[in-house]
Amino acid sequence: MPATAYLDYAASTPVRPEALAAMLPFFSETFGNASGGHAFARAAKSALESARESIAEDLGAEPGEIVFTSGGTESDNLAVEGAARAARARGRGEEVLVSAFEHKAVLAAADRLALEGFSTSRTPVSAGGIIDLDALADAIDGRTALVSVMLVNNEIGTVQPLDQVARIMAVQSPNAVLHTDAVQAAAWVDVASLAADADLVSVSAHKIGGPKGAGALVVRGGVPIVPLFEGGGQERGLRSGSSNVAGAVGLAAALRATVATMAVTVARVGTLRDRLVAGLAEIPGLWINGDPDRKIAGNVHVGIPGVEAEALLVLLDRAGVCAAAGSSCSSGATEPSHVLGAMGLDRSDALASIRLSLGFASVSADVDRALNAIPAAVTQLRASVGAPR
Amino acid sequence: MNALRVLVAMSGGVDSSVAAALLVEQGHDVTGVTLKLWGGESDSGCCSVSDVEDARRVAAQLDIPHYVFDYTDTFDEQVVEPYVEAYATGNTPNPCVDCNRHIKFGRLLDRADALGCEVLATGHHARRVRGANGRVELERAVDAAKDQSYVLAMLTAAQLERVWFPVGELTKAAVRAYALSMNLRNAMKPDSQDVCFITRGGRERFLADRVPARAGSIVDSSGATVGTHSGIARFTIGQRRGLGIATGERRFVIDIDASSATVTVGRAEDLLRSQLRVGGCTFVHDTPAADADLLVQVRAHGEAVSGRLVEGSVVFTEPQPRVAPGQLVAFYDGSRVVGSAVVGA
Repeated sequence: MPATAYLDYAASTPVRPEALAAMLPFFSETFGNASGGHAFARAAKSALESARESIAEDLGAEPGEIVFTSGGTESDNLAVEGAARAARARGRGEEVLVSAFEHKAVLAAADRLALEGFSTSRTPVSAGGIIDLDALADAIDGRTALVSVMLVNNEIGTVQPLDQVARIMAVQSPNAVLHTDAVQAAAWVDVASLAADADLVSVSAHKIGGPKGAGALVVRGGVPIVPLFEGGGQERGLRSGSSNVAGAVGLAAALRATVATMAVTVARVGTLRDRLVAGLAEIPGLWINGDPDRKIAGNVHVGIPGVEAEALLVLLDRAGVCAAAGSSCSSGATEPSHVLGAMGLDRSDALASIRLSLGFASVSADVDRALNAIPAAVTQLRASVGAPR
Repeated sequence: MNALRVLVAMSGGVDSSVAAALLVEQGHDVTGVTLKLWGGESDSGCCSVSDVEDARRVAAQLDIPHYVFDYTDTFDEQVVEPYVEAYATGNTPNPCVDCNRHIKFGRLLDRADALGCEVLATGHHARRVRGANGRVELERAVDAAKDQSYVLAMLTAAQLERVWFPVGELTKAAVRAYALSMNLRNAMKPDSQDVCFITRGGRERFLADRVPARAGSIVDSSGATVGTHSGIARFTIGQRRGLGIATGERRFVIDIDASSATVTVGRAEDLLRSQLRVGGCTFVHDTPAADADLLVQVRAHGEAVSGRLVEGSVVFTEPQPRVAPGQLVAFYDGSRVVGSAVVGA
């Protein structure tokens, strides 16, 4: 059994060997600035464009539709703020709709737009963690500039019906832009098909075996976007700054490996996940957050009555099990999850919930370790004087 | 010595950092925890992100696990709300005492138990000692100027059995010297001042946002009006400065009547009382005999004076200035804490 069971793949993943190998030359040998004109620059530029082509193919886009960014947060900010500002400048509405359980990179971007005078609203989600399409249909109208609905939720792992969102938009607000945060989706589902109807698609390298600090935004069909950064005009003016060639190459290699092995990974990890869930179900009172039939293969999200997740995570860490709860804030404290709140869980149930997320390198021993540690920790916490009642 | 599993409350300051370092040096299995207590706007005070970062960095230096627990809800309910309520009703709050009672030696001590930690340690300057009869006792710190036994006087023997104060055996200078020798990044960090959740703007602005100001009169002890004020929250019993009245003599606040928003001022001798009604008594061990001579301390940095505890009242040997309702009273036998009480209305 390994010394530690890493069950936090939704937070970050190890870099895949093929991604690391692909990146290494671009730190030292081929270090040129891709914007230059000499041999070193040309080599870097060539690698950057090859990466772009590879990513475009895997995401079902054209190479000219791929904008490299520093990661999921920047992609989300650029999509939501950039597209909304551009739409307003063209008189195409000033209303922004986001689902209530988006990542903070989308919610905070929408809050920023609200300060700029946009009308923003959060579309409710069901108790099972699926966007409420009726509420969305009621909210969308001709003034809607942008709709942002994530493809897979980062906490509970539910896949959202993006095709149905697009269908509603096509009828009620054909000019509105659809953005999807596919950061948590890319490891588990075919983004090329499931996000085919989205105009803007965010992805991040480090959730799929690539490096941190690299991501991309698919910008389909020349959707107008106001950039976040000004400068040298790289990435067709949408993202100034010297290109992170190694990051782009790492993203491309990680995505290629992810897509190539997806069917096998989903089947293998899904089996591990099901065994983990079945084992945890022995804990009296345990419930599952998020509709189990709509989840990606790597997600386990459970609530355990009589237990505070904050304390459980300490005991699990001590037992060599790395898990997560809520969303981490800058201080490192665990805040009650806005995702669970949006699904209607009350505060104490949200604070009794933890996420165990598996990934491409998860092994059976990780599940064994978790199934040894978690029931014992729960028993210990429930027996203590401070246990919530 | 037996190695125990110890949870250390690390504020990011030098005292609790050295407490953790000493326990690691002694070979204990130490886990650091920083409490996020206040999510309000004064995030430059205690438990701000930079304090958490200091604690985290020290824990990394000591190679111990470190976590942040979010107790903002309990802190709001048990510390901040009573603080505001006390000022609104003309009383004087004890936020540090409330925090110790409900957060550190309440919820966190329970959490230590839940986590299988035999001991909770903090950076308080006080000494926990074993008496000749084997009983656990709380004593004043080695560094008299830094002694914090007053704000710990409500702890009972059952709690003290599970609580350690490693730096209480050291002077503050020795704490800093030790931190320097260990190259702890916060060795020279200034001591925290005042109430942790109040920073810029001070108490008055904090309260102004939370307590509806109600103007009233300032009267003298004969009842004659000598001035006006914009709200009682600005006043505390015994206060001399900032009364906003011009008289020939020194005047002190001797009474605050919240219902009529009246502040009564008088001379220093008008504050003197020979007795003090108290409630909510706690004792480290047993209730002392009614005629036992005690030392009585009514302020964190006040002097302890001679008195006895008789039927719900402190009877002073010499009359003492009046103390506002809500204030903690600590009882000592020499330098040993006997118990605590809260000043009644």
